[in-house]
Amino acid sequence: MYRYIVNRVLLVIPTLVGAAALVFVLMRLIPGDICVVRLGSGGASVDPRAVALCHAEHGLDRPLILQFLDFVWGFFRLDFGVSMWSGKPVAEEIAARLPISLEIAVVATVVAILIAIPLGTISALKQNSWIDHVVRTAAIAGIATPSFWLGIVSILVVLDISNAVFGAPWMPPIDYVPFWQDPLRNLSMVILPALTVGYRYSAVTMRMTRSAMLEVLREDYIRTARAKGLVERLIINRHALKNALLPVVTLIGIEFAFLIGGLVVTEQVFNVNGVGRLFVLAVQNQDYTLTQALVMLTVAIFVLANLAVDLLYAWLDPRIRFG
Amino acid sequence: MVDIAPRYAPVAVDDVAEGPRSWRAGVIGFCRRQPLGTVGLAVVLVMAVAGLSAEWIAPYSPTSNDFAAMTEPPSWAHLMGTDQFGRDLFSRIVFGARTALIVGFCCAIVGGVAGLVLGVASAYFGGRIDLVLQRVLDVVMAFPLIIMALAVIAIFGSGVFNVIVAITIPLIPRCARVVRSSALAIREMPYIDAARACGFGHTRIILRHMVPNVLAPFLIMLTAFVGQAILAEASLSYLGLGVQEPTAAWGLMLQGGAEEYASTAPWIAIFPGIAIALTVFGFSLFGDALRDAIDPKLRDR
Amino acid sequence: MIRTSGLAAAGLGTALCVAAVVAPAAAVDTPKRGGILTFMIPADAPPSFDGHRETTFATVHSAAPFYSVLVRVNPDNPSSTTDFVCDLCTAMPTPTDDGKTYTFKIRQGVKFHDGTPLTAYDVAASWEKIIHPTEGVSSARESYYVMVDKVEAPDPATVVFRLKFATGAFLPALADPFTWIYEKAMLDKDPRWYEKNIMGSGPFKLAGYEIGQSIKGVRNPDYYHPGQPYLDGFTAIYAPKQAVRIDAIRADRAAGEFRGLPPSARDQLQHELGDKIVLQSSDWNCGNVITPNHKKKPFDDVRVRRALTLAIDQWHGAPALARIANVKTVGGIVFPGSPLAATKAELEALAGYWPDIEKSRAEARRLLKEAGAEGLAFELLNRNVDQPYKYVATWLIDEWSKIGLRVTQRVVPTGPWYEAMRSGNFDVVVEASCNSVVNPLLDVQKYLPHSVFTENYGNYDDQPEIDLYQKMLHETDSAKQRALMRDFEKRVLDTEAHEMVMTYWNRIVPLRSYVKGWKIGPSHYVNQDLANVWLDQ
Repeated sequence: MYRYIVNRVLLVIPTLVGAAALVFVLMRLIPGDICVVRLGSGGASVDPRAVALCHAEHGLDRPLILQFLDFVWGFFRLDFGVSMWSGKPVAEEIAARLPISLEIAVVATVVAILIAIPLGTISALKQNSWIDHVVRTAAIAGIATPSFWLGIVSILVVLDISNAVFGAPWMPPIDYVPFWQDPLRNLSMVILPALTVGYRYSAVTMRMTRSAMLEVLREDYIRTARAKGLVERLIINRHALKNALLPVVTLIGIEFAFLIGGLVVTEQVFNVNGVGRLFVLAVQNQDYTLTQALVMLTVAIFVLANLAVDLLYAWLDPRIRFG
Repeated sequence: MVDIAPRYAPVAVDDVAEGPRSWRAGVIGFCRRQPLGTVGLAVVLVMAVAGLSAEWIAPYSPTSNDFAAMTEPPSWAHLMGTDQFGRDLFSRIVFGARTALIVGFCCAIVGGVAGLVLGVASAYFGGRIDLVLQRVLDVVMAFPLIIMALAVIAIFGSGVFNVIVAITIPLIPRCARVVRSSALAIREMPYIDAARACGFGHTRIILRHMVPNVLAPFLIMLTAFVGQAILAEASLSYLGLGVQEPTAAWGLMLQGGAEEYASTAPWIAIFPGIAIALTVFGFSLFGDALRDAIDPKLRDR
Repeated sequence: MIRTSGLAAAGLGTALCVAAVVAPAAAVDTPKRGGILTFMIPADAPPSFDGHRETTFATVHSAAPFYSVLVRVNPDNPSSTTDFVCDLCTAMPTPTDDGKTYTFKIRQGVKFHDGTPLTAYDVAASWEKIIHPTEGVSSARESYYVMVDKVEAPDPATVVFRLKFATGAFLPALADPFTWIYEKAMLDKDPRWYEKNIMGSGPFKLAGYEIGQSIKGVRNPDYYHPGQPYLDGFTAIYAPKQAVRIDAIRADRAAGEFRGLPPSARDQLQHELGDKIVLQSSDWNCGNVITPNHKKKPFDDVRVRRALTLAIDQWHGAPALARIANVKTVGGIVFPGSPLAATKAELEALAGYWPDIEKSRAEARRLLKEAGAEGLAFELLNRNVDQPYKYVATWLIDEWSKIGLRVTQRVVPTGPWYEAMRSGNFDVVVEASCNSVVNPLLDVQKYLPHSVFTENYGNYDDQPEIDLYQKMLHETDSAKQRALMRDFEKRVLDTEAHEMVMTYWNRIVPLRSYVKGWKIGPSHYVNQDLANVWLDQ
């Protein structure tokens, strides 16, 4: 067991280094110069001296291998450098935007779990009934609908409905206040993006719950429990759910990491000043340091989520623990 | 990485072949038992037919501007209305079906096949090769799609082909993962060792003994991939990194103009969104039904 | 010299239209004090707040309310291209010494927000930083002030500008909205201090900045213009997505924005808000310029370039485009509202502006045939921005198809777009030319070859053009200067067809009707300090 854990943890390192190398190379392959973009953004003339100054300032005139080593070494020291676009520390830029993205992700997860697991269970219990068909259809619709389209439509629907009902159109606030300052305003900003992103999340979770439950319900020990005369509800809660939840928890963990990707598009639609939007900006500006830091952050979250899930699985499943 | 795909009882190669008589019976049985799946298949077929016969169905050219008829609501002249350049939406949707299905199928097939080969090879050879391959695939899977897409587009230029490349890359490790889990189960089977003992080469064992047994989950994943690829193209186009003007593509139709006119001319945004959702919906329903039909454990008693 | 001239001001009215949808109740409304203005900035947060270094409007919209400038476009008459008034100075000076020396007297009693008094030394130091930046300091506008020899502050209340030669381009350049006055003591300590910090002498003090989200200001009680600012404060929210901005205005989450919306947004807001919104519009000192790469065959052949421009129907295309894109007025190389701009009759004599499009296209086809470039196929490089780049490009491709050219569009994000232009990796490119204060003598530098103007990507040389420009720049008689400008324009657009000027942009600024005092002008960089804005609530 310990060997397994140590092994899994060690395997994280080459993944991170590989991702670092990949993002470094890819960003520099893209033609374009952040200094020119920044200084010439108004379409006005760009002074070549200013561009040269900017290059020197950010170390862009040094050999590539030195830049890469600097980047990796900085990452290990948890020093992520300075954004090439704004000159502020990368950590500061990301920290300013992390709270709202996290809030949306957490709310989406909570909503997803609260809706998906009960629905998936019911759907499995009543397989091929009309409830099953309805729930499955809704779930597939959730996976099939582009989330940004859903976002656009939802804002419009809310605007038009509030206009019709209250006479004045209502829209969520476009600037963020922290939860403790004004919980109502904070939640009203978060709820629509969370629902948009969460719909897909809950759809995937619901499908997994359903198929896991279906498998578990066919196991022999469930048949035995029924034959023993145990109450159906006890069978579900005490025997079936626990075993079915294992792959579901795995999925929730992994999908949470994918949630970050979904945030990228959703934050554009709702004008949320979050990490996803920062990401698009950094890539478009060709801000190497910021992009690299954000990619490493995404990859790290993904890898750690996988690791956590694997370890959890190993701990819960006695076959692996003692195998 | 733990296997989360449903487990399948491996089928020996000889059992797979059945007589031609059972084809039709099999299809009819499928339709009866899986009504939702049939609906899904029907939707997909409609889209495919629309895309293939676009030139004949579409009343107008998808790229010709008509500044005299901009943002017109749906009418008999323009079944789905026109967009901000005066282009007929119905024609663009129909041609967009072609683009979507090309992107979807190419990405799914190329990504799927590459993933299949890598997954099976990784499971079969095991050891160091498995370790290294898994790490490489981990990196690619964790890597954000948007950077990959931007890099591909910026370096090689935009265009349907480059979008396909950009979207295929993240699909490969996902496929490889699932295939590998299934293949790992197969590998432990005694007949694989027996085949090695007989002196069969690696290629023969992989192709004739391992691949057929992972085909079931693989095919189901392909249907899911087509849907995911179409959605990915839509997202990339929304961010401006996908197919470019004036190509007719559903994702592109949702970008820019659609949002600008969402209140005054909602049909510009609604129809492409419905088209995307419907197509992916169809593929998902079909894929689900396929899995239910094949997996013996999920069949109704 | 360009001075406030009644005649010139009157002649401007034609090309500009300040359209207020609501008939104003009274010409003289007494401004009310109080209230916080919430508006949106249609961009992501700017890289820094140093106006001397940045060129993006996001910097101006964010930080102009915190700073003062020496002279500026008259905030009560911003649509004029010749009406310049004092901000920190006491009176507009008459240039002496054959037009080469400008002496400004600085207002007394002005204080920076930290209490330090503002003197001529601060003004001189700030201008020195702009005109002659020291090592390690970048100034985006250095090239505007090549005519300036020295800036001096002989005493705490006087600033003197000595020019190398007299030119009408100086005063408009001096009124540039990015030329904020910084504190000399701060600049001495760290010339880059202002990139991350804000401390000026303007109508508002910094109240808070949330990274990437919003910037807030509160009234400066010591502001030197009496009665101003009327607002208690302002909040500017960064909102790059247009759909979000429109919805926010509808739901009154923000009162408006100051850059410009396209016609579809105007129609929508008009329809939904009726008299709750005022939409001002004006010609914009920005336009798209089409540049063929003279180093790529067959664009080195002037006949092919002339054919490209002759194929375009500017006069009929403009109204069609104006319905969907934020463009409106056909013009030449000079902003259509300026005294130096060509009249319609003068334009119609140039290639690409002939009133008879059939004749024009026939000539284009003839030229193509003569050059052996019939049915030419090439790629139009464009920037990945909808308004109006993509609309203009789509329309252009259609126009060119009418003389048999087969053009495809290559759309790239901003970074690769710049890169492709700088490396000459394109056939024909859609560029943008945006200037702040209307200053035709400097604005047309864009059409000079790369050897003189580094931002020209056409890859051509043209000594006669350069000579013509120098002559025009040094000419002091306005009638002669105008004639020289016509010659210059003819050479650039017609004889050599180096570049093609597309329809000038048109800005439509939406503000909810309770926002008063702000008037629109041809530049979205100008008139953003909000000192004369008040809320009727």
